[in-house]
Amino acid sequence: MPNMSLNKVKMPEQDPQVRNQNFDEVALGYTKEQAMEEATRCLNCKHKPCVSGCPVNVPIPEFIKEVTQGNFEKAYELITKENNLPAICGRVCPQENQCEKNCVRGIKGEPVGIGRLERFVADYHMQQGKKSSPDIKKNGIKVAVVGGGPAGLTCAGDLAKLGYDVTIFEALHTLGGVLMYGIPEFRLPKKLVEAEIQNIIDLGVKIEKNVVVGRSVTIDELIEEGYKAVFIGSGAGLPKFMGIEGENLNGVYSANEFLTRINLMKAYDFPNSPTPVKVGEKVAVIGGGNVAMDAARTAKRLGAKEVYIIYRRGEEELPARKEEIIHAREEGIIFKFLSNPKKINGENGWVKSIECVEMELAEADESGRRRPVEKKGSNFTVDIDTVIVAIGQGPNPLIRQTTPGLLTKEWGGIVVHEETMETSKENVYAGGDAVTGAATVILAMGAGKKAARAIHQKLQEDKSK
Amino acid sequence: MYKILEKEKLNDLVELMVIHAPFVARKCEPGQFVILRVDEKGERIPLTIADFDREKESVTIIYQILGYSTKLLSEKKVGDCLQDFVGPLGKASELKKHKRVLGIGGGVGAAPLYPQIKKLAEMGVEVDVILGGRSKEFILLADKFEAICNQVYFATDDGTKGKKGFVTDLLKELLNSGNKYDEVIAIGPLLMMKAVVDITKPEKIKTTVSLNPIMVDGTGMCGGCRVTVGGEIKFACVDGPDFDGFLVDFDECIRRQGMYKEEEHICRIGLGGV
Ligand SMILES: Cc1cc2nc3c(=O)[nH]c(=O)nc-3n(C[C@H](O)[C@H](O)[C@H](O)COP(=O)(O)OP(=O)(O)OC[C@H]3O[C@@H](n4cnc5c(N)ncnc54)[C@H](O)[C@@H]3O)c2cc1C
Ligand SMILES: Cc1cc2nc3c(=O)[nH]c(=O)nc-3n(C[C@H](O)[C@H](O)[C@H](O)COP(=O)(O)OP(=O)(O)OC[C@H]3O[C@@H](n4cnc5c(N)ncnc54)[C@H](O)[C@@H]3O)c2cc1C
Ligand code: SF4
Ligand code: SF4
Ligand code: FES
Repeated sequence: MPNMSLNKVKMPEQDPQVRNQNFDEVALGYTKEQAMEEATRCLNCKHKPCVSGCPVNVPIPEFIKEVTQGNFEKAYELITKENNLPAICGRVCPQENQCEKNCVRGIKGEPVGIGRLERFVADYHMQQGKKSSPDIKKNGIKVAVVGGGPAGLTCAGDLAKLGYDVTIFEALHTLGGVLMYGIPEFRLPKKLVEAEIQNIIDLGVKIEKNVVVGRSVTIDELIEEGYKAVFIGSGAGLPKFMGIEGENLNGVYSANEFLTRINLMKAYDFPNSPTPVKVGEKVAVIGGGNVAMDAARTAKRLGAKEVYIIYRRGEEELPARKEEIIHAREEGIIFKFLSNPKKINGENGWVKSIECVEMELAEADESGRRRPVEKKGSNFTVDIDTVIVAIGQGPNPLIRQTTPGLLTKEWGGIVVHEETMETSKENVYAGGDAVTGAATVILAMGAGKKAARAIHQKLQEDKSK
Repeated sequence: MYKILEKEKLNDLVELMVIHAPFVARKCEPGQFVILRVDEKGERIPLTIADFDREKESVTIIYQILGYSTKLLSEKKVGDCLQDFVGPLGKASELKKHKRVLGIGGGVGAAPLYPQIKKLAEMGVEVDVILGGRSKEFILLADKFEAICNQVYFATDDGTKGKKGFVTDLLKELLNSGNKYDEVIAIGPLLMMKAVVDITKPEKIKTTVSLNPIMVDGTGMCGGCRVTVGGEIKFACVDGPDFDGFLVDFDECIRRQGMYKEEEHICRIGLGGV
């Protein structure tokens, strides 16, 4: 008899007033008992609507069934057949728009906590400390992967499992991409990211850090060196700015810089860590996505008294994960909806205040979202010390400019064949944010997976020719 | 890991290191730089490639000991390794086969200037160079420049080598005495580059400067290195570091470079000071 409770089993969390002063994880995860109880809410639907919402097709009802019976390792095995990074996805997937959106239990009440269960299973496996050493037969064929973010890691892992000799070339001194330098510790502990990355390295993937493809080596040179295929997973790249007056004042950061200083360079531990960051008492974050929520909550944790999120549309339109919006509000972040920055005022070269104008929403445009328009004469000014701009990224031009024959869209995204992720250049594949623009971890992983499958097929054909 | 092959003290504050770094050495060109981390907790600091040897797969850096990270770097010995060393970053300098070029290097700016001047000399361009520094010891690479340049002039604050005064005083003298240059390449402190442009701009002598804003990743990801050039935002790590001196908003660069003055100070006190 399934558990017919309308609500998910609550996940224990740190108290908001405590956690907004530390970098420990906010959500504490289920216990065995809680996980088993939540798992019994799943109806084990034959047509599996949830699975069609998951970009990597995790066998959801099957793994949940194992959880109900306490077979957590078996559940882990089922998940990792399709998903190399379950502890990460369980935490950061926008489940409400993906697997859980389609869950039949969501028609009346809350959907099954699929993400929470996935997280539990991955954490449980990690705590057991068991290493499964897969039996891989090497085929000696070299494949290069550019970028060690979720797209690149997934592609590398899948190809390594198939026996390929995979090397990841990463520009930074750490693998993980946004998982390491963007998403903060309190939402995605770095230990855990490192552990899941280690699982991929343990499959025999080679790592070349500190290599900027396009500068240190080009794609064509990799091919000349004998890599039979190249996968580009170089991410979203250059942060966008608003182009308003005062944006280069001291105290104005892009979210990427702010978060990188803190997550990757550990500026929160300054001066024990040599990289500094400026937070100030009053902080304005511009934007409404996950990046904006992360920047705001991070600023709060670093001691800012007032943190504003300034977003030009309304609450309904916020693109961030729902859970992050709730968490941000609980932690005392102040939302200013329907407000658009016009100008940043300075004093002695430092940010002093931000001038905004109120907006109202007009009818929906082609994208289906209602377009914000300015309310004339509604300008208002807020005193602040720091501005963090989180309005998105445009692709990095490095690879595009140094790879003749690689077609890109007008906005810079790499053009790929949707079925195979192959680019306009033979045996060169791409996926993740480099193709779609800033999107999600799981879509990037889905692309890496698809490309791995297509690369395998192509190289097998090439071999038999 | 990146092994230190050679180390040399150039003066009290400036040192040279030759580092084994195959990926950088294979492809780097004059004008490009690296970002290094001394140890696994280290800060990412940018340094220009002062020279390279493709066969030995080595790269030369010349650094001034200014604060925490450069001090940490100077504590390393031949045979030790650096944690990270990534590059070549930035665009290579666009060196044209002009008739006559003037290079101006202020202080440690002589180091990034050298590979550009060397390449120009190899291309058959006639090059004059002005080197400046606080005093005689702070003039860098004088012999190396003298070996390849037509004329090398010196200016020191205290008059211990060459003219007593600034590099810009010499620049004015050279121009006043009728010397014609197709291009001036100026590398040094921002104030010096600004002062050079103040002289060359009215004379319409094309002037290239090399900017050194505060950087983090060096790959175009963070936007911290942004500078205003010709009214547009540019990222020095991918669009530069060389820019047309006439178009650079120097005052903004100077202001942004001082963003962490307080913290740099804290850091030094905490770690024994320079
Ligand atoms: C602050 C923040 C919060 C987010 N929160 C969420 C969330 O909650 N849920 C979610 O699903 N998504 C979230 N996202 C989006 C998600 O992180 C990205 O969509 C995802 O990481 C994209 O993966 P990727 O592999 O394509 O690129 P990235 O993760 O960007 O990785 C690209 C990697 O390639 C490297 N690289 C780049 N250029 C080169 C080069 N020339 N040579 C070598 N290496 C190179 C980079 O250094 C990087 O390591 C968030 C993003 C940010 C910034
Ligand atoms: C493209 C580029 C090329 C450079 N080439 C050289 C070179 O060839 N030789 C040389 O001696 N110096 C060079 N610099 C400057 C060098 O990076 C700084 O001196 C160094 O980072 C100082 O670090 P610190 O911790 O020792 O000193 P700190 O006390 O931290 O800082 C002293 C000063 O260095 C600058 N600085 C600090 N951190 C950074 C950073 N992450 N990025 C850039 N500047 C910073 C600031 O202006 C600061 O006021 C270059 C900088 C850039 C951007
Ligand atoms: S990977 Fe993401 S979308 Fe797929 S089941 Fe897990 S949480 Fe849901
Ligand atoms: S749709 Fe919901 S209830 Fe049905 S199998 Fe999927 S998770 Fe279980
Ligand atoms: S240093 Fe980060 S974009 Fe240039």
